[in-house]
Amino acid sequence: MTDASRPAGYGPALDLVTRVRGVRGAMLVSGDDGLVVAEQLMEGIKGVAVAALAASLASRLRRAMEAAGLGASLFWHLQCDQGSLLVVPAPSGVLIVAVAEPDVNVGLVRLELLRAAEAVG
Amino acid sequence: MSDEIKTLSSQLAQDPDSLVFLRLGELLRQKGQVDAAHRVALTGLERHPHLADAHDLYARVLADKRDYERAFDEWDMALRIAPNHLGALKGLAFLYFKVGDVGQAVAHLEAAWKHAPDDPGVAQALALAQGARVGGESPGAGRAAAGEPERAARAAAAAAAELAPATPAAAPLDDARVFAGLEGAQEGLLLLDAKGQVLGGALKDPRGRDVTDAVAAYLAGVSHEAARTTKLLGLGRWSGVAAEGKLGHIHLTPPGGDAVLLVVRDRSVPMGRLAIIAQRAAAAARRWLELDR
Repeated sequence: MTDASRPAGYGPALDLVTRVRGVRGAMLVSGDDGLVVAEQLMEGIKGVAVAALAASLASRLRRAMEAAGLGASLFWHLQCDQGSLLVVPAPSGVLIVAVAEPDVNVGLVRLELLRAAEAVG
Repeated sequence: MSDEIKTLSSQLAQDPDSLVFLRLGELLRQKGQVDAAHRVALTGLERHPHLADAHDLYARVLADKRDYERAFDEWDMALRIAPNHLGALKGLAFLYFKVGDVGQAVAHLEAAWKHAPDDPGVAQALALAQGARVGGESPGAGRAAAGEPERAARAAAAAAAELAPATPAAAPLDDARVFAGLEGAQEGLLLLDAKGQVLGGALKDPRGRDVTDAVAAYLAGVSHEAARTTKLLGLGRWSGVAAEGKLGHIHLTPPGGDAVLLVVRDRSVPMGRLAIIAQRAAAAARRWLELDR
């Protein structure tokens, strides 16, 4: 995995997620502007673009859920044929994003994302 | 019927104060175009608020939409304006049957029968209703009457069916019926196109307020973005987005084309069950979209 953008302090939070079997990478993304804050991604994953799209999707979902009276979004999961994207917003507005294989244990990734969100604050 | 609808629509466009909206609204109902009938009835009612027939038409449309509470108010208003209004008396009798108040249902039917003794629907419903009342009011009959409540309930149901506003014709393209028969069809299922325009269903927040348009607007383009993200990551095709909120969950599914199906449930519904509900709703939406092509 590459860790080109990995400010000190964020590494342990990302480690919580990437150590789960089937996770191909994890990122911290600024929810406001979709920029990468830190990342641990396998080669070939275009982190910058994925971060921008994940932030945009997160924003749409958050607004839709608030409009529907469902409160803040706690976790969301984009399900695909060959894998998935899993996201938990941290209280600060940073998104913890995981890219995973199709057979990953989604429940476990969710738990680790929530722990990482707590750690990031 | 379509020609008559066109003619009446044209007449109404030329003269918006015309009473042809009554016939037009009823024809649209019968054709299963409940939303169009709703618009016509509501516009007509706004122009003729003191016309009992306008309230009656609007009540029938509301009953089609299973908004029985407001249908009751409209029929009640029709009766205040015209105390012997046959449609309102039958409508209220129907609603009283629906809530199991056979006594009130019979009272309204008897009033209807006085003014329309030749109406076969009223006579038939009254006979059934009286059977239901007799069956339901025999507590002293002891063990011999063990089957009476069931018979009474069946009779009441038959009477309600007799009185039910004429069922709209099957209309697979009517947006109100995309999810007909599915759990939460009136408040927790929404079908949108890529621009966030509502194709079917409706959404209410936990306080019962209609939030359909607001939610649809925020989800405009979500299908496109999900597809782009998936392509960028080389994950094949996206099959859904499940999201967990503090007070409830949502599930988005692409039923076909650029459309998006949204299912909303409170937190008591586990995410896995929500996915099953979403799959069923997506199948209904897919059929509807295919018919629309």
